[in-house]
Amino acid sequence: MQALTNRSKVVSDKKMTFMERIYIPAILKGMSITIRHFFRKKVSINYPEQTREFSKVYRGQHVLKRDDEGRERCTACGLCAVACPAEAITMIAGERKPGEENLYREEKYAEVYTINMLRCIFCGDCEDACPKEAIFLTDRIVVSQYERSSFIYGKDILVEPLDQSLRIDISARQTEKVLNFKQDKRFAHNK
Amino acid sequence: MDLTLYIYKTIFLFIILLVTLVVAMYSTYGERKVAAFMQDRRGPNRAGPFGLLQPIADGVKMFMKEEIIPLSANKKLFILGPSIAMTTAMLTGVVIPWGGIITIAGREFSMQIADLNIGILYVFAMVSIGVYGIMIGGWASNNKYALLGSIRAASQMISYELAMGLSIVGLILTTGSLSLNEIVAQQHGMHWNVFYQPLGFLIFLVCAFAETNRAPFDLPECETELIGGYHTEYSSMKLGFYLFAEYINMFISSAVIATLYFGGYNMPFIDQIGLSPNMVTLLGTFFFFMKIFFFIFLFMWIRWTLPRFRYDQLMNLGWKKLMPLAIFNIMATGAYYYFTELT
Repeated sequence: MQALTNRSKVVSDKKMTFMERIYIPAILKGMSITIRHFFRKKVSINYPEQTREFSKVYRGQHVLKRDDEGRERCTACGLCAVACPAEAITMIAGERKPGEENLYREEKYAEVYTINMLRCIFCGDCEDACPKEAIFLTDRIVVSQYERSSFIYGKDILVEPLDQSLRIDISARQTEKVLNFKQDKRFAHNK
Repeated sequence: MDLTLYIYKTIFLFIILLVTLVVAMYSTYGERKVAAFMQDRRGPNRAGPFGLLQPIADGVKMFMKEEIIPLSANKKLFILGPSIAMTTAMLTGVVIPWGGIITIAGREFSMQIADLNIGILYVFAMVSIGVYGIMIGGWASNNKYALLGSIRAASQMISYELAMGLSIVGLILTTGSLSLNEIVAQQHGMHWNVFYQPLGFLIFLVCAFAETNRAPFDLPECETELIGGYHTEYSSMKLGFYLFAEYINMFISSAVIATLYFGGYNMPFIDQIGLSPNMVTLLGTFFFFMKIFFFIFLFMWIRWTLPRFRYDQLMNLGWKKLMPLAIFNIMATGAYYYFTELT
């Protein structure tokens, strides 16, 4: 049989030579390995004081973005729900009434928007599917809860705050390149 | 015996006892740190600075745990086991010369509790009794794993004590004395016995590992196969005593190795520095402890390097390799002295 890699070692039960039988060279070799590890830099992170740095494009808890005037971007088109492979997203659409123009950007909006965080696999397909740049995954962690029902996140958790200073920064995920790709007419998703 | 000496000995005894306990306590910490460092981890670092209070936390935990004596266990022997292990472990330190002679107010005091003329034999006797602690504990637990562990301990002791004793005979041939104090005194000025008895030292070292039930000879405990071996059924401080006795044994074994083969409290170039005798003694003691700590580190180093021997491999090594080697060592030493004294 042809070897897939050159790393495999052929096992043999040949008689050990004298140097092998007295073990001492092998023991010294092993000890030199362990002592080298003794002085090596430790890889552990002292957790509560230090935290591991996230990737810039980490896919954590979702956010429903508002535009610069504080209006919700989501129009309840349902593309994210369709794109979701785990079927974690559901929504109920509502019609914007007169006088609500400062709340919702377009005539249609999501009255109810829930993501089941137990179903969600954090793939980011919802973000790709969204034509209104409304939903994004962020570097926030979905915290553990005691009950399953607490994991169904509604608009109260998902929509970002009105206050400009409390807005969730998604610039790392929504770069120029990503935006161009999403709006490029040559690709199937925009035809 | 006059009163001053009496008081001095009592105080010194307590100091040695305390030092033994503290060193054993911090050996547990050291072991965990060494293990962690060799596995690229950090080890205990939460209790106090650098985790230095960890042994105390462990001790408190041990005391607080519920004490369970199995229903089918032999209660008296069950309690006797750890007591023997602990007592014999502590007794051995008596004959070890911890330093030279110290002069307080014009009187000379020896930094050794009892200068027995059969010091080596005493050490061996005490260490051998220590095995009874393990055997009795394992047998009294009425548990098959514990019993297997104690059987292993017993057979391991028999096979290694022999080689150990024989390796010492070569040493005694060169020193001509069984008193530890005299052996140390003879090694003054880099005449360390390890240079005269390298083979004997190697055999003694291997046997010391087996004697203290340390890896690669930790068959009586053997977490993977025997669920802890002889102390499977033990809980609370009785378990703590067993574990603690192991560390005391390790400390004492290191001290014995340093005493017999590495010049004890002697340090090189001590005569040339020109210090006062008291300073020399204290420095010697410090140096002695450095040697001991090195050997404790060696014990740990080996433990976290080598895997455990199989039972038959262990027997094979003890009876068929180490014992003939030890006998050869005696013959060679004897022949050397016979012929050199002839000319």
